[in-house]
Amino acid sequence: MKTVPKHVLVAGGGVAGMEAAGALAEMGYRVTLVEKGDDPGGHLLQWHALFPDRRPADEVRSYLRKRAGHHNINIITRTTVEKVRHHPGGVRVILSGGTEEEADAVIVATGFDLFDAHRKEEYGYGIYDNVITSVDLEAMFNRGRLEKADGTVPSRIGLIHCVGSRDEKVNNNHCSKVCCVTAVKQAIEIRQMLPSCEVFCFYMDMRMYGPYYEELYRESQEVHNVNFIRGKVSEASVNINNRLVIKVEDTLAGRPLKMELDIMVLMVGMEMAESGAKLAEASGFRQGINRFLESGDHHYGNNLSGIKGVFYAGTCTAPMNITDTISHARAAVAETVRYLKA
Amino acid sequence: MNSDLFVIPFNLGLYFILIYSVVRSVAWFRSLSRPDKLRLQRGFFGRPFMDSLREIFMESLLHRKIFRKNPVLGYMHMSLAFGWFLLIVFGTIEADFFGEKHLNPPSHAIFFRWFNPEHGAEGLARIYNVWMDFLLAFILSGLLLAVIKRFTPRMMGMKKTTRHTWTDRLALTSLWLIFPSRLLAESFTCGAHGSGSFLTGNLGSALASFLPAAEIAPWFWWLYSISLGTFFFMLPISRYFHIPVELFLIFMRNSGITTGDRHSSYTEVQTHACSSCGVCISVCQMSYAAGINDIQSAYFIKGLRNDRDISAITANCLMCGRCEEVCPVGIELGPMRLIERRQGERADRTLSLPERYSVMRKRSVTEKVPTQSYGYLVREEPEKAEVLFFAGCMTHLTPSVIAAMKRIMESAGVKYRFMDEKGGVCCGRPLMLAGRDREARELINHNSDIIWKSGAKILVTSCPICYKVFRESYYLEATVMHHSEFINLLIEEGSLRLGYLHRKVVYHDPCELGRGSGIYEEPRAVISYVAELLEASQERSMSLCCGGSLGNLTLASGKKAMIAADAARILTMSSPDELITACPLCKKTFVQATKTKVSDIAELVAAALPAPSKRVARRRSARATVRANDAG
Repeated sequence: MKTVPKHVLVAGGGVAGMEAAGALAEMGYRVTLVEKGDDPGGHLLQWHALFPDRRPADEVRSYLRKRAGHHNINIITRTTVEKVRHHPGGVRVILSGGTEEEADAVIVATGFDLFDAHRKEEYGYGIYDNVITSVDLEAMFNRGRLEKADGTVPSRIGLIHCVGSRDEKVNNNHCSKVCCVTAVKQAIEIRQMLPSCEVFCFYMDMRMYGPYYEELYRESQEVHNVNFIRGKVSEASVNINNRLVIKVEDTLAGRPLKMELDIMVLMVGMEMAESGAKLAEASGFRQGINRFLESGDHHYGNNLSGIKGVFYAGTCTAPMNITDTISHARAAVAETVRYLKA
Repeated sequence: MNSDLFVIPFNLGLYFILIYSVVRSVAWFRSLSRPDKLRLQRGFFGRPFMDSLREIFMESLLHRKIFRKNPVLGYMHMSLAFGWFLLIVFGTIEADFFGEKHLNPPSHAIFFRWFNPEHGAEGLARIYNVWMDFLLAFILSGLLLAVIKRFTPRMMGMKKTTRHTWTDRLALTSLWLIFPSRLLAESFTCGAHGSGSFLTGNLGSALASFLPAAEIAPWFWWLYSISLGTFFFMLPISRYFHIPVELFLIFMRNSGITTGDRHSSYTEVQTHACSSCGVCISVCQMSYAAGINDIQSAYFIKGLRNDRDISAITANCLMCGRCEEVCPVGIELGPMRLIERRQGERADRTLSLPERYSVMRKRSVTEKVPTQSYGYLVREEPEKAEVLFFAGCMTHLTPSVIAAMKRIMESAGVKYRFMDEKGGVCCGRPLMLAGRDREARELINHNSDIIWKSGAKILVTSCPICYKVFRESYYLEATVMHHSEFINLLIEEGSLRLGYLHRKVVYHDPCELGRGSGIYEEPRAVISYVAELLEASQERSMSLCCGGSLGNLTLASGKKAMIAADAARILTMSSPDELITACPLCKKTFVQATKTKVSDIAELVAAALPAPSKRVARRRSARATVRANDAG
């Protein structure tokens, strides 16, 4: 006797969504993957190389593409999930545009939004030409050209950590976890691309929590001569030569510091995705103080939503790196399968 | 006459409170500073006295201001105050006119019915009785509202009402008992004698129909007298002391006395004039937007009055000034809190209140202190300039405002110097708000020196916080202008060529610029010149605080965010294209709180300038700065 395969809808086609969809499809489930952008891939699409080993982001991208290309997966793009509601027969899903889908279970993998650097006006993003974000820098790496807005080669670049993270003034208390090591990675890449360009990282703490991160941090100093200054940048301006001037307190030396820069890179953090927050509000998901989804139990039920048939995967619950996101998505799949078989 | 003994509690209370009032008034007068004494003496024989009588009638009796804010609450206060006043006046006339002799002691008027149980059977007295019953009914209707307000404040349109101490409760209970006990006392007496009008007469005969009215009546006369006596005794140590003190306050204020920067008998009078009405609690954003319900001005004043340690309350305030705007008594709540902040770090809590007042009075804010906090500041020799632009620390955190101001001034051909372009010294206001006047004075002296030496005629600042302190605490020759005023001036002179932006905008009055400095019209004139200005539901003097106030150094950022979100929600109700403010701090706060675009008024105006290409503008800007530097 052949049974109709059960149907799982995955909201969000980033790293977590693609991995979850792929794993479920492999086990014979029918999967609908809903992605708001033109293509699945999420923020990873913008990345050039990954920490800690600086492997090309394309390697992970092609793994995920293959995963999501399984014949059991139906991908719907340019669509968001507006609302999910459990009912005795399964989960009813309302998509943007008003279409409805029936599913036996739903995995929420709506991910994160990058912090909008315009909100820290004192850093001058959008006001001064040579203030860019870590994502803009990655795009420069993709193009293979690192230059100032006027096309000249920079001789000093500053990387500002914790932009939109651990900052009560923008209502974000949380650490985005990946920016420190991203800064170290990008600092090394700058030094390799432009050996004559000085690089300064301005940090509050260096949070090198993952395997080989500490080694990368050490390498950046010993091999690549990246400078690390502990202190938060208070404000930026431009001088008469149109060079950026930043004010920092060097908290290790215990004195204020002014420095001229050619390019200032803002290491923007992660925030709960706006689309995910809307879905959470409409569907009655619990959100924590920093708006990320709050799971049933943050130790042993981190994929559980508290609503029957609805599970969480990836950075919609908290900032994570790619390794942890993939593990989290697989755990969500395990919970979903356990629920569907019960 | 033994049965008349019940008047004793009332008489004791009355004479106590009269003597107490006189002694206290004399003490307050004596401890005033010499100029204030003169003001009061001059006021007594001049216009202020008549003005005060008028104000006392309008506010202390009719409660006009509360009436305007909340008619039901106004009626409650009016019926109790004005009704009681009329009852005393007409009771005295009644006793004088219908009593056995003229010039009776007060108790004869108050307990008239007891002494004249048969009175009011016919003629004029009968009509008079209707009037007296009507007054009693008028008061009782107010009392009923007061009881409702105490137990369900929402029904009276109040979000919150004040919490009471035990002395307040005892005084309140005795006050509440006065009029019902009078009603019952008169009714029983009338019932026993077949007299009285529509209220006391009817109730009396109804009660007498099944109760021994003549035997019961004395009990209620006792209760009435004891209630009155207790109330009078409790008056000085309860919140009801505000009733006599407010009269004194009105006269002092009309004579020209102000709070100043130290405790004095004027602050003491203000402390006691607070009626704890709770209007300040209802308008406090800390209360309704952030759920903090123990720091409002009513509690601040109560803590001051009861000599509690209120340092936490004193510090936890946005200093937005909304409460002061609505205070029906007109207490200068902002200056009072600032004084307490200054004392906070020094006041010796073991001293009694009068002792502390006298210690404070002897201390001068500008007293010479041996140590300097900012001795390391280097004296500068500025270049000369007609117009000096001081952005301020907060504006340096909003570089787009500085860029906009540069463009505007260059477009208008203003020859200016940018005083703090490479970083300046704080204006001193944040230190003042924190109660650190001595340190603030050092900064003020430093900046004043630069401003004087520059020879500037106009000092323009982009920050309302700087603006307020420049105007109030600096001694300058230069005219101080907020950039909204300066841009308005440039428009009026015709030096600015501006286009019209087809945008609908709403304007947020920053606390320090609006309520703090009275600048409401200039920003609106500027905005209306370049865009369509929508009205906000809470604007001008009742404008909301953005939540980012520098006046509060203890409020958690989460609470600030709640206040900001609430204020932004109210401001953007009309769905404007843009939310305009005139303060860098408000801008920074609102950007985190709303999806609507937030801009400074200078940015809006700069957007209406004829636009050169970006590169040309930058080159021109660089050249202009060089020129300005050379020109000096």
